[in-house]
Amino acid sequence: MDIRTLTFKGGTHPPHSKKATEKLQIEKANAPKVVAIPMQQHIGAPCEAIVAVGDEVKVGQKIGEPKGFVSAPIHSSVSGKVVAVEPRLYSGGSKVTCVVIESNMQDTIHESVIPKGKLEDLSADEIKTIIKEAGIVGMGGAAFPTHVKLAPPPGKQLDTVVLNGAECEPYLTADHRLMLEKPDDVVKGLSALMKALSVKKGYIGIETNKPDAIEAVFNAAKGVDGIEVVALKAKYPQGAEKQLINACTGREVPSGGLPADIGVVVSNVGTAAAIANAINTGMPLVERIVTITGKGVKEPKNLLVKIGTSFKEVIDQCGGFNGKPGKVIGGGPMMGIAQFSVDVPVIKGTSGILVLSEEEARLPKASNCIRCGKCVGVCPMNLMPMHLSANALADRFEQAETLHAMDCIECGSCSFVCPAKRPLVDSIRVAKREILEKRKKQQSK
Amino acid sequence: MENTNYIVSSSPHIRSGESTNLIMRDVIIALIPALISGIYFFGFKALTVTALAIITCIATEMAMQKLLGREVTVKDLSAAVTGMLLAFNMPASAPWWMVIIGSIFAIAIVKQLFGGLGHNFINPALAARAVLLASWPVRMTTWPVPGMADAATGATPLAILKEGINYVNGLPVAAGGEMAGQALPNIWNLFIGNVGGCIGETSVLALAIGGAYLLYRGVINIRIPAIYILTVGILAFVFGKFDINYFIYHVCAGGLFLGAIFMATDYSTSPMTVKGQIVMGIGCGLLTFVIRFWGGYPEGVSYSILLMNVATPLIDRFTMPRKFGEVKKSA
Repeated sequence: MDIRTLTFKGGTHPPHSKKATEKLQIEKANAPKVVAIPMQQHIGAPCEAIVAVGDEVKVGQKIGEPKGFVSAPIHSSVSGKVVAVEPRLYSGGSKVTCVVIESNMQDTIHESVIPKGKLEDLSADEIKTIIKEAGIVGMGGAAFPTHVKLAPPPGKQLDTVVLNGAECEPYLTADHRLMLEKPDDVVKGLSALMKALSVKKGYIGIETNKPDAIEAVFNAAKGVDGIEVVALKAKYPQGAEKQLINACTGREVPSGGLPADIGVVVSNVGTAAAIANAINTGMPLVERIVTITGKGVKEPKNLLVKIGTSFKEVIDQCGGFNGKPGKVIGGGPMMGIAQFSVDVPVIKGTSGILVLSEEEARLPKASNCIRCGKCVGVCPMNLMPMHLSANALADRFEQAETLHAMDCIECGSCSFVCPAKRPLVDSIRVAKREILEKRKKQQSK
Repeated sequence: MENTNYIVSSSPHIRSGESTNLIMRDVIIALIPALISGIYFFGFKALTVTALAIITCIATEMAMQKLLGREVTVKDLSAAVTGMLLAFNMPASAPWWMVIIGSIFAIAIVKQLFGGLGHNFINPALAARAVLLASWPVRMTTWPVPGMADAATGATPLAILKEGINYVNGLPVAAGGEMAGQALPNIWNLFIGNVGGCIGETSVLALAIGGAYLLYRGVINIRIPAIYILTVGILAFVFGKFDINYFIYHVCAGGLFLGAIFMATDYSTSPMTVKGQIVMGIGCGLLTFVIRFWGGYPEGVSYSILLMNVATPLIDRFTMPRKFGEVKKSA
């Protein structure tokens, strides 16, 4: 294998903690009896439920219609009967309208689900339509609607697609297993994205702590024109969009800009596989791979879970909690969202369910900043987190803005490394929100 | 699986094993070789001075934090480090009350009154040393001769060096001043610390071992110490008309190693940016050399570091790293 090993400047090395699940094959999760499918699983406008209580639905049937361009349709993951359409708590931390469906356990597939033919026969526009109609969003966690990325503002010349297979979040192995078990889907998805954008160059970046995945994807991509598999140094946040682009292409997304500004579109390997699946089978995005792991679960697993299945049900299939759980996280430990309850559904962006023991979850006590500068050294955006944080904590948001608070990608490297356990990224988040509020107010004036 | 109260907090949900306490513990470990060498060469008195400084610093910190209504944080060991560093900057013959006054000044005035750990703008131990030196100059510059306890006073290599080096029978001696003709200690004694000086400053060997440990543990970066020491050495070499002895004696004598490794790298009072640390190293080296060569004192390490401490906020400000994706504003 002749591949390059690349990286970015800065970053940190949290323990990988992937041993528990990296060797475990993806299993199909038990069919859920009831699913609660949120009408907002993505960044952007929510969907409107187009089914009502009492309606019969089938697998792959559209049940949520997007209300705006930056949005993605939502489909049923089971066949059965709609029993409720009501606001419920979801893994984003708030309540959103959910379509609750009682499964008839038949998994009858909806008539609209038909294979879309060969990739060679599809035009760019047809591919875009397939992606949009399949409700495909970024599966790395942020869940940004993929079709929006495929429609860059006029004047932006795109030349590269980068697939994110870094999976730099500790604990998570969903992408790792996917690349190992379905490398052809990953490569096909990338080819589809490249074709849809008329782009000639594609990268698949994978961290060096997954040599087997690198090999599998490398072999799958052999002979496919324009696709280069690159090894990325195992370092957090290697999979952050801007850092990934920088590692692969050497380009820097300008401050406040988008990858499209420098001709790049980034997508996750899971997203690419979902695109391949939508083309191969016609099935929209109704299930995803979830890594259920952490000291707090008895038998960690990689499960293929239907969207809308509750965290509780998924955790139960992994032997349930191991002792009293301290914290339940949707996603990884660096950027995931802590949950109030396990009665929340798995959504398109749920890459993992991480259960920390009470001891691991105990919040460290913050002490004085000793100005050691470790946060400055690890910040992948070259910011000075402790200055930003000090200003944010003193309500000096304008100062924080001049120190480039808005460039913070909230990766959490600074908080992770801080010996004084200061809430660095937490306070910078507050500053960012305040700055955005202010900008909104100024715009509306 | 009842709906228990999970802990909910903002990400990240894991933290590194580093802590302030561990960093301070590492600094203390790194200072132990120098302490052993101090006790070996200057006797038991070196240990009592160090112990007294540590105890006074910790007690002062507790008292001040209680008085100011702050949380008592002596467990972070930072006060102990200050005590140790202050003692290392005093002669072993220092009277007990001077040790106590210095320790109280360092912690109460320089550290706690400015906000405690991380908020002091100059190094507390060095500030205390400067106060003691200004108040009791004779006692602070009366050096016990190694092996003779506090019976005699000896000149430090830097005092001998002050007017330059002459050679008598090929051996380096003081070129002028009160000590004209006095021989410089041989290089081996200088290296292991068998010369007059403060408790913790004389042994280059012991300090280098401590420095290597701190580098290995990632507590300090090599930038400030290496640049500082090399700046002094190279300037001495050049201005000493390219006599290698100037390089060796200026680097190994006095408090340069102690200052460069343990004081100029103090987090609170040194720059955080890469460029800033380079500026700090060069600045300290330049000032030290200027004081040693042309100033009134034989030694200039403490004052150089204190001056650079004061400049640190400014240095940090002007050496901010370029932000990722920052677009150059073209005119």
